[in-house]
Amino acid sequence: MSLLEIHNLHASAAGKEILRGIDLTINPGEVHAVMGPNGAGKSTLSAILTGNPQYEVTQGEILYKGRNLLEMKPEERAWEGLFLSFQYPVEIPGVSMVNFMRTAVNAQREYRGLPALTATEFLRMMREKRAVVQLDNKLANRSVNEGFSGGEKKRNEIFQMAMLEPTLSILDETDSGLDVDALRIVSEGVNRLKSAERSSIVITHYQKLLEYVQPQFVHIVYRGRIVKSGGPELGDRIFAEGFDWVKQEFEG
Amino acid sequence: MSSHQQYIDLFNSQRALIDEHAAPVLNAQREAAAEVLQRVGLSRPKDYTHVDPEALLAADYSLNLSRYAVPTDHSDLFTCAVPELSTSVHYLVNEQLVSHSRESDDGVFSGSLREFALRYPEIAARYYNRLAMHDEAPYDVRTQGTNVTAHRPLGEAALNALLCQDGFVLYVPDGIVVERPIQLISLLRAVEDFMACQRILIILGEGAKASVLICDHASQLRDCALLSLQVAEIFCAPYSSLDFYELEEHHSDCRRLSSVYVEQQEGSNVSVGQYALTAGHTRNRVFIDLCGHDADTHLYGLCIADQNQEVDNITYIRHRAPKCHSDELFKYVLDDEARGSFVGRILVQEGADKTDAHQTDRNLILTPQCHIVARPELEIYADDVKCSHGASTGQLDPAALFYMRTRGIPEAEARLLLMFAFMGDVIDGIRIDPLKDRLKHLVEKRFRGELTQCRTCAIKK
Repeated sequence: MSLLEIHNLHASAAGKEILRGIDLTINPGEVHAVMGPNGAGKSTLSAILTGNPQYEVTQGEILYKGRNLLEMKPEERAWEGLFLSFQYPVEIPGVSMVNFMRTAVNAQREYRGLPALTATEFLRMMREKRAVVQLDNKLANRSVNEGFSGGEKKRNEIFQMAMLEPTLSILDETDSGLDVDALRIVSEGVNRLKSAERSSIVITHYQKLLEYVQPQFVHIVYRGRIVKSGGPELGDRIFAEGFDWVKQEFEG
Repeated sequence: MSSHQQYIDLFNSQRALIDEHAAPVLNAQREAAAEVLQRVGLSRPKDYTHVDPEALLAADYSLNLSRYAVPTDHSDLFTCAVPELSTSVHYLVNEQLVSHSRESDDGVFSGSLREFALRYPEIAARYYNRLAMHDEAPYDVRTQGTNVTAHRPLGEAALNALLCQDGFVLYVPDGIVVERPIQLISLLRAVEDFMACQRILIILGEGAKASVLICDHASQLRDCALLSLQVAEIFCAPYSSLDFYELEEHHSDCRRLSSVYVEQQEGSNVSVGQYALTAGHTRNRVFIDLCGHDADTHLYGLCIADQNQEVDNITYIRHRAPKCHSDELFKYVLDDEARGSFVGRILVQEGADKTDAHQTDRNLILTPQCHIVARPELEIYADDVKCSHGASTGQLDPAALFYMRTRGIPEAEARLLLMFAFMGDVIDGIRIDPLKDRLKHLVEKRFRGELTQCRTCAIKK
């Protein structure tokens, strides 16, 4: 069974149609890259998948693990293993990373019928996962994303991903704004979470991240549709020639 | 008949009884109080607040003028669950101190106002009612053309002086540091509509230091309106330091009219906190006078209200001397159909140069039916000052809510975490650590709807 099936997805925000018929199937263990010019609808796709209430699905369906994803609340999607690394992680003053993460992890465990982690177990887990992305202990004790640099915020996203061990992770431009070292750390973190069961959607503008995470599939989104799909060679062509040829081909 | 008249009539007919059970220092103020009350009445100025003292006081409350002992053994009533605070506890049931007054070898008195006024009439007379009743002249500064919200003597304070027979006193002589926080547990308890008229008097000598926590509770024996009419007067001599925190844990049948007056001399350092965890109809006023240079004030307010609860905070910080610092922070979280108001004024008088005064009011409105009025006022008559004020009202951040939900935090829990985080800085301002921890716990319970009585003092009914 496919992990994710998107059929003819149409969606709008503030009355404006952004997605105009997306079709996409993802099987367990696959890594898909989604590319496209600014404004094509890439981030909207990730927002729809995670249930952002600011977006409205007007047509189509999404099946996740065979279930109707669109009927699930955002938190339920998370419990079922869906994760989004935000392009712009949100600052939450006054909510500590520790409290935030413990609440998230234990809510997920409760859903799965597992007992809540003890304080010791949880802190050990924090320590282990923090090491994956070399996230400073000081950051872990601060409020969620508050006062974090751009790179720290992105590393914090991958740290949360490591904590929640998602089945399907969406990385929305996680590489933007990262220097080469941070990019390497983030990519290694992503790669360590790869497995035969877990899949990812990587939204990016840059070649570097794709070199690290090596997607098997590359999709080009333009004007709210996937206009081209292929293997890694499609990504290489985009990086070499840009999107103009895709636009021309599409608009014929 | 306007509602103040019934109290003046009561006073005229029961004066002997009232005086008999009070102390001469208290009795000496009643004539003047009657005169002020007659003149100003109980109506509130047009200040956009919600709780109307005149309407609240119109009901026919019973009073305990004969000082019948409240039939309770206080050791049965309370067992306090804050270990670090529990050793210096006093108990006030209605306005009567039911625990024994204490006087230490170094001259620190804590206990009944009546006893203090009988034992030390000269000290009591020097302070009692000085701030509460004589505020007309000092507040009559050059503020032509501006609103006079806080300038007039308050009818509520006059009514308190008219009928007050007892209350609580803390007297700390020069140079004495009271290490342990003093806790006053104040309980309203009656089986019919009842009004308690208590007075708090805190006198700190030069260089003295103390912390006071008042926990206000009410027992709900049956449906009856309980009104607390409280006036606190606080005198801080040069270089003294005081923490004064009041935690209100009432229920929806309670009414509270509270006025706190603080006078700070040079170099004194005061932290005042008003925490309305559960209120019925509450009107809190805080007046702080910075009379000597380099005085330092921190004023905090927290209000959590739901159902039909109403909480008004009216604050007035007056910088009268140079180089004083004041920092004010109020936060409200309103749910259901709750109503609140914040009217905060900072006045910097002529000559109060190098004043550093800041005021912040932030309000969270959880439903479209709640109502909040925020009215920050800054009035400056001095040059070379640093002042700021900010007020904002809004809802929970939808982006933060969504972010948390994508991590698997259920919506209700995410809302709680955000509400709790919102109150963080108000609680962090508390200078008594065990109280800070306790209040965090209580605020969380309150948001979760698990707070029926503040478990700081587990009340056995």
